[in-house]
Amino acid sequence: MRKNMMLLGLLFSVNVLAATPQELLKQYETQAKQENPAFSGFSADRGASFFKAEHVHSTGQKVSCSTCHTADPRNQGKTRANKVIEPMATIANPQRFTDAAKVEKWFGRNCKDVLERACTAQEKGDYIQYLVNVK
Amino acid sequence: MKKWMQFLVLISSITSTSALLASGGIDGGGGNTMTSVTNAKWKAECSSCHMLYQPGLLPERSWNKMMSGLDKHFGENASLDAATRDEITHFLVTNSAEKSTNRRSNRINQSIPANATPLRISETRYFMSKHDEVSPSTFQRKSIGSAANCIACHKSAEKGDFSESQIRIPR
Repeated sequence: MRKNMMLLGLLFSVNVLAATPQELLKQYETQAKQENPAFSGFSADRGASFFKAEHVHSTGQKVSCSTCHTADPRNQGKTRANKVIEPMATIANPQRFTDAAKVEKWFGRNCKDVLERACTAQEKGDYIQYLVNVK
Repeated sequence: MKKWMQFLVLISSITSTSALLASGGIDGGGGNTMTSVTNAKWKAECSSCHMLYQPGLLPERSWNKMMSGLDKHFGENASLDAATRDEITHFLVTNSAEKSTNRRSNRINQSIPANATPLRISETRYFMSKHDEVSPSTFQRKSIGSAANCIACHKSAEKGDFSESQIRIPR
């Protein structure tokens, strides 16, 4: 109970205050350990393949993160409605992964659009690790 | 008798002038430009994937339907937390086409059959009649994308200004 309260407090404070990508990774690490006791850290390489991996959507279309974000996360992407998406890599866009609520909102939407399911904490962490590491 | 008539004319002109002034103050005086209403959450959330559509482009029933199906928003998941969704819905509904007195909102609203609840502005009879000279291949140009991208040709679309003088169709 006490542990839960502390976790809740942690989540709340991270959600309200501006975060750093490292803080978000810590948060996802805590979740990943709960999801999988054998968790052994995040991998930028796994994140990179996740970013490019194509899935055949139930509509028959092939989709991936890079469909909208382009294969190079330092580039601007484009939504299906022709709107520019600022780069995902923190080196090109330091605003990325500094707002926990925003990050969760977009994982929530885009995982369902691309994978047709929610992402695991492992996948989210790998993804952020990759985009933080891109030079 | 004559004096009585003069008085009547005076009274009626005063009332109509004040009515005109009142409507002008509230909603742009029945002009063609939509009232440029704004709401911070609407602006931030509704323009991250597509151009910002003014509430006066669709009737209340369309906005209600749109906002209650955000998990399947034109084939994409655009879910919002409940508080944000409710605030934006309230804003859209309060300023919807049937509540605006500008001519364009009125015409859009009148062109929609009572039993229809369109989600696409481009499906309304008003839109179709206004764009009947634009070919499908023009809409499909890379610089435009689709009929949903008003701003590609109407550069002041996000402010609700679709006037002829603001149109430039890109190559």
